[in-house]
Amino acid sequence: MIEARSVSKQFGSFVALDDVSVEVPAGSLTALLGPSGSGKSTLLRIIAGLERPDDGRVLIDGHDVTSRPPQKRGVGFVFQHYAAFKHMTVWKNVAFGLEIRRRPRPEIKERVAHLLELVQLGGFADRYPAQLSGGQRQRMALARALAVEPDVLLLDEPFGALDARVRKELRAWLRRLHDEVHVTTIFVTHDQEEAMDLADQIVVMSHGRVEQVGGARDLYDNPANEFVMTFVGEVNQLGRSFVRPHDVEFGDGDEAFVERVVHLGFEVRVELRLANGEELWAQVTREEAKRLELVEGARVRVRPRHSKVFG
Amino acid sequence: MGKYVLRFTALGYLALLLVLPVAMVFGRAFENGVGAAWESVTTPEAKHAFLITILITAIVVPANTIFGIACAIAIVRQRFPGKGLVNAIVDLPLALSPIVVGLAFLLLFGTGGWLHDVPFDVVFALPGMVLATIFVSLPFVVREVVPVLREIGIEQEQAASTLGASSWQTFRRVTLPAIRWAVAYGIVLTTARALGEFGAVSVVSGRIVGKTETMTLHVEERFQSFDYVGAYAASVVLAILAIGTLVAMSLFKPKEGA
Amino acid sequence: MITQGLVTAYLTLIVLLPLAAVVWQSTKGERSFWDAVTDPQAVSALKLTLVVSVLVALVNAVVGTLIAWVLVRDEFPGKLVVNAVIDLPFALPTIVAGLTLLALYGPEGPFGIDVAFSRAAILLALLFVTLPFVIRTVQPVLIELDREMEEAAASLGANALQVFRRVVFPNLFPAVLSGVALAFARAIGEFGSVVLISGNLPFKTEVAAVYIFGRIESGDPSGAAAVSVVLLVLSFATLLLIGGLRRRVTRHDRVG
Repeated sequence: MIEARSVSKQFGSFVALDDVSVEVPAGSLTALLGPSGSGKSTLLRIIAGLERPDDGRVLIDGHDVTSRPPQKRGVGFVFQHYAAFKHMTVWKNVAFGLEIRRRPRPEIKERVAHLLELVQLGGFADRYPAQLSGGQRQRMALARALAVEPDVLLLDEPFGALDARVRKELRAWLRRLHDEVHVTTIFVTHDQEEAMDLADQIVVMSHGRVEQVGGARDLYDNPANEFVMTFVGEVNQLGRSFVRPHDVEFGDGDEAFVERVVHLGFEVRVELRLANGEELWAQVTREEAKRLELVEGARVRVRPRHSKVFG
Repeated sequence: MGKYVLRFTALGYLALLLVLPVAMVFGRAFENGVGAAWESVTTPEAKHAFLITILITAIVVPANTIFGIACAIAIVRQRFPGKGLVNAIVDLPLALSPIVVGLAFLLLFGTGGWLHDVPFDVVFALPGMVLATIFVSLPFVVREVVPVLREIGIEQEQAASTLGASSWQTFRRVTLPAIRWAVAYGIVLTTARALGEFGAVSVVSGRIVGKTETMTLHVEERFQSFDYVGAYAASVVLAILAIGTLVAMSLFKPKEGA
Repeated sequence: MITQGLVTAYLTLIVLLPLAAVVWQSTKGERSFWDAVTDPQAVSALKLTLVVSVLVALVNAVVGTLIAWVLVRDEFPGKLVVNAVIDLPFALPTIVAGLTLLALYGPEGPFGIDVAFSRAAILLALLFVTLPFVIRTVQPVLIELDREMEEAAASLGANALQVFRRVVFPNLFPAVLSGVALAFARAIGEFGSVVLISGNLPFKTEVAAVYIFGRIESGDPSGAAAVSVVLLVLSFATLLLIGGLRRRVTRHDRVG
């Protein structure tokens, strides 16, 4: 298990982390989710030993590693921009950690070959990182981090530099990899869809503090505060209530004017304006839109199926 | 920690090699008091040497600046055969011994030389010293302007010409303002090099005291005449100019890693 | 265009013709070119020059990289001033450089160290004038270096020395080599800083440039020209090496 206890960190006058405590169960895939400046990357780097906290402790499997350098923590780190050793071949990159540990040559060869197969870079051993695509470079970086059998794998916005399609592919691929390799994994992202797709446990952070910890379903259905509700999933704000777009019911309720109907494939997005001037949008299926005759200019009645108000 | 060892070694090396020796020169110059030092740099010979140095620099710097800008434009914006060669030739003065440079002009314009029959004295006179100094300080403006010209690209100039500007107008209103800091820095480097030239002018000038001596030659002459205060005092003048150059360099230095 | 014509004319008059005159003169002496170049005193001067220049280049490779490292990675008060001071050997006339070293490390130096009239003096003078070269070629590369590569190496278990040896230095190497070549080219032709402190003793502390100067003063321009041609060839070769290195630097960055 990985634990951060009451960790605080300041950069000059900027407070990156304010008394943050997080527990990561062994073997899980945990996401640190939040907007820029929330402190998620800082927390990850502190766990890795790439930054030192001003206060607090980091424990890995019960051992206090706060004063240990990254070399001695048994962590594997994957960077957003790959941090590939550009002067070495793919093979040499992946073998790096093993060569540092002076493993015997046959062992290194076997392990590197196995890992390259695992990340589907089997034929690329002699290429240089500059000759690989972004997605390939990131897979190489993962293989490199896994080569030394770390106790925990840390990924800092690993797919942030890749385009949308590659991102989705690698996301699925990472999930499969985790199921196979079972190493405790923590990854940082600002993409809530990614977090919900991949993680067993999500730690939502904002302004250097933990807002809520839970599974995807949990965070979506029972957000602890306004921030979590607006950050995780889409939401409408009416006065002091928050309503999910798919919780907007048609039929009874307040008067509303349909301003725009957008057909997004399977879903239909209906942009509405209430009598009091407030705007909201509803998410319905194609069938519903047809049945309710939702077209631009239509007058309808809407009310929230569920809503939340935060104290 | 290792960090302090590195820092101490680096700073120690610089102190022992650079800073302390220069400090010593100030010390030695004022050994017999400021008055004695002042007197030795205000002798007629010293003043004349100073004048010659300034005169040479005043000719060399504008010449190499104009050449430098023209050459940079030619290298970056124009196509012509032998461009690679021009590039290599421009860099040559950086790698050549100044003695060889001096010899070259001595041979070219001296008795028996191909250009001996020009109607005025070149060797053992000011023109030769000017030419030699132009040679050694040739590359600086070119080398500073070339990368900047490359980086700003040709589009602004093309935009100007579509708006009706002639080549000269484009140059004056678009190109020149874009390269002016690079030119300024190149001028600082050129001036420093021209002020400090020794070996080449030593050969070409004949070192005629009171006639073809620069400040640097004057320093040597005073030293060889056992007038150490004179030599160190003149060195202080040059050192002050050098420090001024360093300040100017810091101000105009192109930003790195921007 | 006029620019090209003027540029070519300027270069021809200032650079090409004078150098051509040197090459021409080297063949016109009483002695043959070969004899002039194999004169024992000339050979001694050239040998000394080459040995000391290589030594100086190597010292600069190490110390220059170290100083560049401290300037880029370390923080301390006055760092800006130190960074500016590096360029002093460039801004200071060589004759003054020689004088400053003589003042501190010569017969009347306060530390009691006296290297005047020795080969050590030549080494000292050349170290002074070549100081900025490796530092200034390495600095920009070090600034641009991806720090995350070093962090990745640390996370993979490499200690500081291993990180430097396996990750940082391979990326610095072309820049170091470039600086070394520049330092070497500068060192082989150095005159002003050496001429006062070394004593210029033939066969002992006479460098090539001083030998050439001596030949000129003795009215043997062809002998001077011959040895000059040797220096010219060495300089040109070094320039070509540097140019080749600049192209090679981008090898790893080229997308295949």
